[in-house]
Amino acid sequence: MEWITRNLPYLMAGVSVGGQYALIAIGYTMVYGILRLINFAHGDIFMVAGLVMVYAVTAMPIYIAIPLMIVVTVLLGFLVERVAYKPLRSAPRMSIMISAIGVSYLLQNMALYVTGGLSQQYPTVPWISDTVTVLGATTKRVTLITPVLTIILVVALVLLIKKTKIGMAMRAASRDFETSQLMGIKINSVISMTFIIGTFLAAVGSLLFFTNYTGVTPTAGAMPGLKAFVAAVFGGIGSIPGAVIGAFIIGICENIIKGLGWTTFSDAFTFALLIVILIAKPTGLFGEKATDKV
Amino acid sequence: MSKEHVLRVENVTMQFGGVIAVDNMNLEVNKGEIVSLIGPNGAGKTTAFNVITGVYAPTNGAIYYKDKMIIQNFPQGKMKKLYRGENADQYTGQHVLSPTPDRITRLGIARTFQNIRLFKSQTVFENILIAKHMLRTSNIFTATFRLNAKEEQQMREESEKLLKIMDLEDVRNELATSLPYGKQRHLEIARALATKPELLLLDEPAAGMNPQETLELTQFIGRIRDEFGLTIFMIEHHMDLVMEISDRIYVLDFGKPIAEGVPEEIRSNPRVIEAYLGGAQDE
Amino acid sequence: MSKKAKMTWNVGLIAALLATLFVLEQILPSGSMFFTVLKKGAIYALVAVSMNLLNGFTGLFSLGQAGFMLLGAYAYAILTIPVESRGSVYQYFDGGIIQFTVPVPVALIAGGLLAAAFAFLIGLPVLRLKSDYLAIATLGFAEIIRAVFQWDKLGPITNGSNLLRSFPSFKSVLYPFVVSGICIALIVMLINSTYGRAFKAIRDDEIAAEAMGINLAHHKRLAFVISSFFAGVSGGLLAMYQTTIQASMFKSAMTYEILLIVVIGGIGSVTGSCISSFLFIACSEWWLRFLDNENLYIGGFHVPLLRPGFRKVVFAIVIMVMVLFYRQGIMGTREFSVEGIANFFKNKFGRKKAAEGGGSRE
Repeated sequence: MEWITRNLPYLMAGVSVGGQYALIAIGYTMVYGILRLINFAHGDIFMVAGLVMVYAVTAMPIYIAIPLMIVVTVLLGFLVERVAYKPLRSAPRMSIMISAIGVSYLLQNMALYVTGGLSQQYPTVPWISDTVTVLGATTKRVTLITPVLTIILVVALVLLIKKTKIGMAMRAASRDFETSQLMGIKINSVISMTFIIGTFLAAVGSLLFFTNYTGVTPTAGAMPGLKAFVAAVFGGIGSIPGAVIGAFIIGICENIIKGLGWTTFSDAFTFALLIVILIAKPTGLFGEKATDKV
Repeated sequence: MSKEHVLRVENVTMQFGGVIAVDNMNLEVNKGEIVSLIGPNGAGKTTAFNVITGVYAPTNGAIYYKDKMIIQNFPQGKMKKLYRGENADQYTGQHVLSPTPDRITRLGIARTFQNIRLFKSQTVFENILIAKHMLRTSNIFTATFRLNAKEEQQMREESEKLLKIMDLEDVRNELATSLPYGKQRHLEIARALATKPELLLLDEPAAGMNPQETLELTQFIGRIRDEFGLTIFMIEHHMDLVMEISDRIYVLDFGKPIAEGVPEEIRSNPRVIEAYLGGAQDE
Repeated sequence: MSKKAKMTWNVGLIAALLATLFVLEQILPSGSMFFTVLKKGAIYALVAVSMNLLNGFTGLFSLGQAGFMLLGAYAYAILTIPVESRGSVYQYFDGGIIQFTVPVPVALIAGGLLAAAFAFLIGLPVLRLKSDYLAIATLGFAEIIRAVFQWDKLGPITNGSNLLRSFPSFKSVLYPFVVSGICIALIVMLINSTYGRAFKAIRDDEIAAEAMGINLAHHKRLAFVISSFFAGVSGGLLAMYQTTIQASMFKSAMTYEILLIVVIGGIGSVTGSCISSFLFIACSEWWLRFLDNENLYIGGFHVPLLRPGFRKVVFAIVIMVMVLFYRQGIMGTREFSVEGIANFFKNKFGRKKAAEGGGSRE
């Protein structure tokens, strides 16, 4: 029992962080599934969502600020795709990836300009920031909400992809980009939709993530972004359940490592895991095998 | 009659998952011959080529080059259960050989590709010069510090000579991809020849050519065989070309070899005709 | 133009450049921004060219450059901090366990070799990965290196997450120019050798290159190790320039900056990388400084928006415009040469309808 009380906080934190990574990872995995692009700017959009919230609450009540933050973030995700990725659709893959890195650089520098480089205090969101006690361990309520909310959103997303017309179009596009275009699928609106869903989830994720960490800096999105991407690769890039499971595993492992007193290596662990996965099973847990034609 | 085998394919089966692409193939190519592999679309011809050149390791079987075993495999791991081909026990327990394509090329087997694969950003001359790289004796230091100047000079001269023989001299400084289609095919063959092979594998050299170009190619293939002392093994769809220059022909259908012989025999073989036209009319 | 004449021209130009720098150094005040740009630019030129060798010439999209620079910088610093200063530098680790120094050039080369050795080790598995997977794996590797070097158990060697300082640095701008110049010349010689041709073949078409007898694994590893070696040397130079180093400097943002330099210069152009690294450094450190000035007035008009950080926003926008609309970069895959310029003018003034100078290759 004592062991549980001592380690439960780490486990709970792990599940919670895992849920937050999962929400970001879905954005990566969906975009990669369709465009074969590692959207390096995704983590920075997540950071911008945090900053928008910080500034929004200074001007309006929180129940308006939250929806506004989500709308602004989704708009940003949509714009980034239209401006930075759409013109390069027929360009080599490397160009689009470079463009994504450029967007990441731009968003970080803009955040630096706006914040003056200072860490911004994330507002306290009522109810979810409250402290609760579970089995003798004290934590914020957000820790408990995150996994539940994540699962609900993922189920909704999977239903959307399996049951609706736009979902079918997405599946078709990720299977075969060119052919789905020939079959009359409006590829641009499918891609826009993908970005909208991805950034929406990232916005929700940022709300949960920053409530736990309180500070937003211009580079705050880089690390969670990279880790979420690792989660997506781990689960098999292109697969939504894979990304979610990968994210939970990474979140939990990371916090166990922190619990063991190896905080320096919690980041390194994620990347070591990535390299091992890529070498042993490049397609991840649930990915499909692809071969080159000769 | 004593024949010298250049290439011998022995009981080769290639199975992808549950699909057998090449089924227990046996064939021989003798020195100086031009041998063609024909068959309807999807018969497994290119797969057979890819097995011989080391792109895929065969699921079962062995391949010999000049009577020396170069490739061998037997069903292992997951394939053990899945394998539906023949001769599964023949190679078990023996050494597995699955060299990478570059090693096959260094043995003296060069190839071309069905969908031309030239080095796009390089000129015609550079495309050929790159193929000379595998014949180098220099290492990275001697090459960087130009201690291999003599060898470099020789590579360049040989490439120039090849350009002349191949009628590509006037376009030597053009980008490879700016050439007309037929010339690109020539260049691809020239590039393969630059590795000084004994056996040349041509994967549909006449694909996409008009009758005039095909005729020229026919003469061209015969010419290089004589000039370079080559043995040629090719996949082709143009029957005019195949019948004209092949010494022998193998016919593949659904991965299985169904006929073998000189062009006249193949032309009149009922199984071949059936494979191409389908057996439906008889019923 | 004959080969000999070309050689003479190039040697002459380099000599003239170095002489000019030497004279300028005597005239201008040594604190001038001009020299800052030249020093840092020369160092970045080397690392950009080393990245270009990999990304531009071999077609391997690697994002591990910051990690290899870190290795070079640390190796250099650890091997050159004078023994008598070690007590104060490694104050939390009893002066550290390394109690000797080596000469500066040896330390720079050792830094390169350390980076190359690490590249060799991770190259074995990682280089089998395709394009973007390779990028993310090398990026992850750089992050791991950074974490390991900050680990306090390694403190007696790396000083943990504390600063390394007191190692020798350079005063003259000629130093980074000569070192970078030699290294870049070596890379160019490599690119023009038969191995360089093999690298380009791999970039253009891996399958065809393999069918031409080029051992992919071997050649990719060669390119990776060599590129990392020079990244390591440039890391050592960067340490010299900055006079203090810390593992937290070498973030992935640094790799991104180098990548953007390569892209702006033109992927596959050595001279492009050199030109763009000087431009990049000049813009970010010098020319756009005025944008950070809050109290800028033009004829009594208070320019709005200006305040610290605005420079970087403008800069990032310029880069995005480059990436989106000038994908070829400054040079494309062409190289800057005396001959090229001569031809350019000949074409401009000789014939009106000049042929394109070998550019615009997709």
